[in-house]
Amino acid sequence: MLTTVDIKNPVIAVKDLNLYYGDFHALKNISIDIPKNQITALIGPSGCGKSTFLRTLNRMNDLIKNVKTDGSVKFGELSVLDRATDVVSLRKRVGMVFQRPNPFPMPIFNNVAYGLKIHRMAASHKDLEEIVVNSLKSVGLWDEVKDKLNKSAMELSGGQQQRLCIARLLAVKPEILLMDEPCSALDPIATLRIEELMHSLKENYTIVIVTHNMQQAARVSDITAFFLHGEIIEIGPTDKIFTRPGAQQTEDYITGRFG
Amino acid sequence: MRAKISQHIAFTILTLCGFAVVLPIIFILGFLLVKGLPAINIEFLTAAPRAGMKEGGIFPAIVGTLYLVICAISVSLPLGVTCAVYLTEYARDNWLTRLIRLSIVNLAGVPSVVFGLFGLGLFVIFLQFGSSILSGSLTLAFLILPVIITASEEALLTVPKSFREAALALGATRLETIRTVVLPNALPGILTGSILGVSRAAGETAPILFTVAAFFLPRLPHSIFDQAMALPYHLYIIATQVPGIPDKTKYGTALVLVVLVFGLNLIAIFFRNRFRKRRKW
Repeated sequence: MLTTVDIKNPVIAVKDLNLYYGDFHALKNISIDIPKNQITALIGPSGCGKSTFLRTLNRMNDLIKNVKTDGSVKFGELSVLDRATDVVSLRKRVGMVFQRPNPFPMPIFNNVAYGLKIHRMAASHKDLEEIVVNSLKSVGLWDEVKDKLNKSAMELSGGQQQRLCIARLLAVKPEILLMDEPCSALDPIATLRIEELMHSLKENYTIVIVTHNMQQAARVSDITAFFLHGEIIEIGPTDKIFTRPGAQQTEDYITGRFG
Repeated sequence: MRAKISQHIAFTILTLCGFAVVLPIIFILGFLLVKGLPAINIEFLTAAPRAGMKEGGIFPAIVGTLYLVICAISVSLPLGVTCAVYLTEYARDNWLTRLIRLSIVNLAGVPSVVFGLFGLGLFVIFLQFGSSILSGSLTLAFLILPVIITASEEALLTVPKSFREAALALGATRLETIRTVVLPNALPGILTGSILGVSRAAGETAPILFTVAAFFLPRLPHSIFDQAMALPYHLYIIATQVPGIPDKTKYGTALVLVVLVFGLNLIAIFFRNRFRKRRKW
């Protein structure tokens, strides 16, 4: 693995992570440091392990049967893969946005308030309302939905639903946002809005995004890691990866020799 | 041209088969209406039987059936839904789960008269509840349990995985996810299953034969430890065990029972269709 970037004080430090789906060795000796308040993009062809890796960071792979992991994933002082780790509080701090928007079939307000109620983060209804409004504002949805907070979230467009999912996530004040191809089910205009949102969120959050879309990775991220067949081939600053990649395989993928 | 004709014939046969299914229902209902409607009046529905059940009404039997059904569902609904939640959300693919599923299938296949004997042995005799609404409704509860479990499981599985993932990714526990996201969205299906279970319980004769049914009890039951009359058993009695009952009374009782069961089924279907239309996912 070729690393051309040195990350001091990473917010997540992954060392020698291996993951098996039954007998299939899906992630091979993954080591990567995720920098704070930056956007790290994970690129690579289908089935190379990017989403699997992402889901390891918030223990969402626990939901799949027959998965074995070993190695070390450290989130600050916390050892993520430890069986004793409280996944409930981990997932509050490390949130995830999915490929297909998945709002609850509830009113828009209740969607954003869901996490707050679960974690009892609001002392009063007024507090709750304030946090919900701020979350909707920070994703740029407030003006579009302020008159229909009681309408079902399922009536929104795809792009609005995805922004709603992000607002729902921001309400619980996570530290890290994991985004698994968040724009792949959206049209170009919605995609652009989400990318702009990511830029503004970077200030306060650390973002890791898996994307199939190389141009998106180039537009949006600071650091890029190239995955292939379960391994990381190269990690580096985004502009370097896309202009002067170090590894031959990286160059082949970037230039479209395979995809 | 040949293909067109044979398609025509095939569709005609299929349509006739469709009607053939409806025919028995129309026949039964029609027959009961013609022969039983003359017996239906306010007195029939609200008075107790008298003069050797030749006169009066079937009110105690209607009330008895309602009590039995309400008590049965209050036991089998919580039990059935909890079991379905366990099977869909928590159970792993091991021998225990397979055993549970096998048991449910077998429970569904037990003949209803055997349920009656089971109820007699366990509730009436061993637990000493005696012949009572308690014994009868517990027996009926086990009879309809497979229906509740199957319908609830299906309803829970219909809830998309994405909802669960969204909740868990926000830091909800498994239990919170089930309570706040999965169960509320599975409720329509569970409701439909319950109503079907209720209609099944209302119409069964054999399970209540040995466990609750009273031959002649013209007053309303005092408590769940009391015996009661019930429509299916009452029908059996006046149709075969007591001589001299006017025909219209027999058919009238049958008509009330059938209207009750059909009515419950129609309510279930109505709610199921309404929820399907309103559902936004």
